[in-house]
Amino acid sequence: MIQIQGVHKSFGALKILKGIDLEVNKGEVVSIIGGSGSGKSTLLYCINGIEDIQKGRVLVDGVDVHDKSTNLNKLRQEIGMVFQQWNSFPHLTVLENVSLAPRVVLGKNKKEAQELAKHHLQHVGLGDKFDVFPTQMSGGQQQRLAIARTLAMNPNYMLLDEITSALDPELVGEVLDTLRLLRDEGMTMICVTHEMAFAKEVSDQIAFVEEGIIEEIGEAKQVIENPSNEKTKRFLSKVL
Amino acid sequence: MSLFTPLSWNDTGFILTGILNTIYISVLAISVGTVLGLMIGFIRSVSTQSINFVLGSILDVLRIVPLIIQLILFSTFVGIMGHPLPPFASGSIILSLYTMAFMTEVFRAGFDNVSKSMGIAARSLGMTYWQSMRYIVLPIGMKSVFPSWMGVALSVIKDSALVSVIGYMELLRTSEQLITRTQQPLEILLGVGLFYFIISYPLSTFGRYMEKKMAI
Amino acid sequence: MGDYEFHWLIVFQAFPQMLNGAFVTLHVAVFSMFSGIVFGVLLAIGKTSNLKIPKSIASSWVEVARNTPALFQIYMAYFGLGAFGIHLSPYMAVLCALTFVNSGYLTETFRGGLQTIPRTQYVASWSLGMTKFQAYRYIILPQMFRRVYYPMTNQFIWSILMSSLGILVGMGELSGETQRLQSLSYRTLEFFIIAAAMYYVMTKFVLYSADIMSRRLFKGEI
Repeated sequence: MIQIQGVHKSFGALKILKGIDLEVNKGEVVSIIGGSGSGKSTLLYCINGIEDIQKGRVLVDGVDVHDKSTNLNKLRQEIGMVFQQWNSFPHLTVLENVSLAPRVVLGKNKKEAQELAKHHLQHVGLGDKFDVFPTQMSGGQQQRLAIARTLAMNPNYMLLDEITSALDPELVGEVLDTLRLLRDEGMTMICVTHEMAFAKEVSDQIAFVEEGIIEEIGEAKQVIENPSNEKTKRFLSKVL
Repeated sequence: MSLFTPLSWNDTGFILTGILNTIYISVLAISVGTVLGLMIGFIRSVSTQSINFVLGSILDVLRIVPLIIQLILFSTFVGIMGHPLPPFASGSIILSLYTMAFMTEVFRAGFDNVSKSMGIAARSLGMTYWQSMRYIVLPIGMKSVFPSWMGVALSVIKDSALVSVIGYMELLRTSEQLITRTQQPLEILLGVGLFYFIISYPLSTFGRYMEKKMAI
Repeated sequence: MGDYEFHWLIVFQAFPQMLNGAFVTLHVAVFSMFSGIVFGVLLAIGKTSNLKIPKSIASSWVEVARNTPALFQIYMAYFGLGAFGIHLSPYMAVLCALTFVNSGYLTETFRGGLQTIPRTQYVASWSLGMTKFQAYRYIILPQMFRRVYYPMTNQFIWSILMSSLGILVGMGELSGETQRLQSLSYRTLEFFIIAAAMYYVMTKFVLYSADIMSRRLFKGEI
């Protein structure tokens, strides 16, 4: 379970998050929506400790992420992250991209790690791309590679940061299909997204964030179709 | 009386001569090397592959054979030919040619970069070839190569220390003689290092500043 | 040609010794390059860090190395350190001086290379649970080395050429050995022409092999 309690985050004088509370249970999918600059992505980076926070705390299975004694490297093995710009490793083949972390972080031997990588690549539909370099693939394929790379660490949670925003429209579908697959397998996910229809379809809960505050949170269908907050209404009328 | 005598104020003139000689030969080599490099760089950027191959091979030799070997070879060669030259003459000829070889590549890159993009634009405005050279390619090209030019110039100042090998009394050789007499190598060498640093540091900082400014 | 007669036989007889000198040249160039890379990487990381002391050590090292002549460095190592009771052999003096200069230049090269690698590559590595060290070892440095491969090749060639300064402290590399051999017969011109040719061949060979190696090493695109 991920518990976010009264989190404040600022960059210098710029306040990004102004007291965020959110709970995500095992097996739940929560989408975070909101305009650009609302602090949605920053919130994700606070969950796996890439960013520090000024106030409040984030607990992952009861472990305080920002406590000095927490082993972040260990914690991050439990929390996978996929990025808007996919961030594949350009100097490694597709297979190496996925097998590297299981090998060096989890200490699996080369053969084990490669088998694992092959399994996850096939899972996301890249079974024929093992020896290709990421830069030779489309954005959609690279994004699925990034998902496989994360899954190979066998995480309990996945943080997805606008993973379809940088893709050409015709490639969005294949990535969303992969996410549906994950949801059906019971993966716990927090997605920052601009795809309202998709958020409504896959999420259990949707949170609307504006100016660093969660303005509204509720069951997915209700928030999209029948928002109770004026700000949510205004936002949705602009994007839908 | 002792064989070794410590460093004294009387040595100032001696050191000063060394400093002036270092500056003198560096400035000379950089100036001659720049002018020759500009001309040959231009020739290289406009000439055919076969001419370029010949020119490139000759310049390669100047850049690949260590300066110290070039100096020894040249001064020995002119001696054997029956026209021995004073160290300063041999030194400045070789150092200038050496500088030229590096400057050629600097200017060639400048010409290549500018003449392709700007040259076409300028000529589409109706300028003749020489007009576009004079008003567009040269001014912009020269500005863009300034950081690399500065890099070569700085390395020439430092490499000029090698002319001491054939007996030119530049700063390092002067200090070598002082070291032999005074047996105070550390003090003298630190002074020499400081001199080069004081000349080189501001120039290289300026070069990097210009590079950053142009990158934006 | 005046009445100068070339005598090549004596040079050819001394050829094995010259080859030996060339070997020492390559040797000192390789070692100074290798240690230069190690120090260069550390200094570059120090220079890009926010820690004050590593940062100022790295900056002073780089500035002194780049703004003073290599010959000065060699004299410092050979004569200057004597004041501290450190007496280096000619080989060690040249090796130390070249290492010092190489790492100074490579630091700037590496720093430039590191700057071109986006922060997202670090973030992606960390989010997979890699430590800072693992992220550098597997993700950041391999990418950096590709981007600085050609400047590094140039630095290596510079090391070969600058090791010729060993002649001035009596080191037995190619130039020093040539100097010693010619002094036995005074065929200065012949000996140094052959030495020049050997430098030429060595350098071309290094450039050629570097090119072949880059094709085998860097299959992926950046």
